[in-house]
Amino acid sequence: MNILVCIKQVPDTTEIKIDPVKNTLIRDGVPSILNPFDGYALEAAARLKDKDPDTKIVVITMGPPQANAVLKEALGIAADKAYLLTGRAFGGSDTLATSYIISQAIKKVEETEGKFDAIFCGKQAIDGDTAQVGPEIAEHLGLPQVTYGLVCEKTEDGKGLRVTQEGDDGKPIIEVGFPCLVTFTKPNFDPRYPTIKRKLAANKAQIPVIGDTVEEFPDMDRSRIGLMGSPTHVKRSFVPERKKGGIIISEETVEDSAVKLAALLSDAHII
Amino acid sequence: MEAKTKDLWVFIETNEDGSPKKVGLELLNPGRKLADKQGGKLVAVVIGNNVAVSVEEAGKFGADQVIVVEGPEYEKYTTDAYAIALVHLCEKYAPTTVMVGATNVGRDLAPRVTARIGTGLTADCTSIDIDEESGNVAWTRPAFGGNLMATILCPDHRPQFGTVRPGVFKKPAETENKAEVIREEFHVAPEQIRTKLIDVIREAAEELVDLEGAEIIVSGGRGVGGPEGFAPVKELADALGGVVGASRAAVDAGWISHSHQVGQTGKTVGPKLYIACGISGAIQHMAGMSGSDTIVAINKDPDANIFSIADYGIVGDLFKVLPVLTAEVKKIKG
Repeated sequence: MNILVCIKQVPDTTEIKIDPVKNTLIRDGVPSILNPFDGYALEAAARLKDKDPDTKIVVITMGPPQANAVLKEALGIAADKAYLLTGRAFGGSDTLATSYIISQAIKKVEETEGKFDAIFCGKQAIDGDTAQVGPEIAEHLGLPQVTYGLVCEKTEDGKGLRVTQEGDDGKPIIEVGFPCLVTFTKPNFDPRYPTIKRKLAANKAQIPVIGDTVEEFPDMDRSRIGLMGSPTHVKRSFVPERKKGGIIISEETVEDSAVKLAALLSDAHII
Repeated sequence: MEAKTKDLWVFIETNEDGSPKKVGLELLNPGRKLADKQGGKLVAVVIGNNVAVSVEEAGKFGADQVIVVEGPEYEKYTTDAYAIALVHLCEKYAPTTVMVGATNVGRDLAPRVTARIGTGLTADCTSIDIDEESGNVAWTRPAFGGNLMATILCPDHRPQFGTVRPGVFKKPAETENKAEVIREEFHVAPEQIRTKLIDVIREAAEELVDLEGAEIIVSGGRGVGGPEGFAPVKELADALGGVVGASRAAVDAGWISHSHQVGQTGKTVGPKLYIACGISGAIQHMAGMSGSDTIVAINKDPDANIFSIADYGIVGDLFKVLPVLTAEVKKIKG
């Protein structure tokens, strides 16, 4: 099998704090990490490779040169080859423009790596939280999609995947033929860590860079990339207002407080 | 695409029995306000099989028009069949705005449809209005795990699409059903559907929990200390006729199943009453429940974040508070 995993470097949003005076995000000192959902996608690919060692796993990221760090991390975990997609012309892209650029890059990588049987993505990145780029890549490439995957295995005939999906009620099991795109959410197990041996090799790995030039992408429609190619624009961003705290009930004992709380809720016709 | 009408569409997602998901009806509420501001009709779009109940409910909750696509191929959701049908409808009727519930299905369908049309989509919105300056829809959504809100416009492409979180808006009041029903005969060939649903694993009955539809939720977090710590939480929920929720910390620790999780990676809820027990109030959790009408926090730590959004708080041991509270609730409910 030939699998491509799309990954993204994101700020660790659990470490973001709000400046209480200026009411703005404090981004300084926030570590950059591999988007956790992309880690689950990589783990899903690694599990397929565990069963079928002939499987090749390629990873790609779009981002600034320092995003190389997550590519090296992915090489340390399970990937065989990594590509960095970077360029100024890509800046300011919304999800539609981003997915178009990535779909063009995937076609380019396939010239070297061969056609991918499956493209895996995290269901969403924890900074943007849109969950749009995966399905949009699938659309640009004309591939069937399965989103919110938990685990997957090859179908009996070996010509597709059987994906267990996190549904709104229950867990659908869906079969899809190759080539396809699957996005992954959090399964009930932890993904594997990089091994020392792989990490050392990853540090030495040469990572090919795909730029934004016309030579790299002769067929790319330039009106569909960057700020100009993005249908959506951010009008403003702001730190959400927090609702003011209410009444703290502190009677003599906590038991008394509990009695008071029940009375207050009852008086307000809430219960 | 150019909009041919000023109409606003609400996609009504259906259950397998043809009834509407709650979020579709909820969206008719902000949908009405926006449709009036845009000067067009409020249109409900129903795709499914045997969906008479959904068509009726959409009319009862205020749609001016209901467009229905029915067929056996739509009985169970597939990305391909639904995307082909919805793109067809958008091309034929060319609405100016489309709202879709931000369920797993809605977030699977909407990006596929918008990428095919080549228009803009704003995901997971928590507030929607009209931008005064430009007349575009102003879609507001959380990013950075709820730390930042962004207002997004789609100025030059139509229809402007957004997915909207369940539980953010209340269902509108019922009115007399005056909706005009348009039946659209449109079918998708089997070979165009490239995924196949083999089976659905249903969770055990005790694991099934309707957080999004619940009016009262009692949630436990790290402070409950273990699986057995959920017993007093459940007793209070039962006494109140509510359901049990949980924070990510409790789910990750394996004390309760993921189907109970409230927050960014769980469900977004908007009950009348939310009681948070032993939950510190990580921003990701609060993003999923801050829309509750009344919030009660019970926590040992007086500095816990959760108190900042609570209407009522008790600083104390939940294991002392909950049994007394449960007994009082039983007395009140008689």
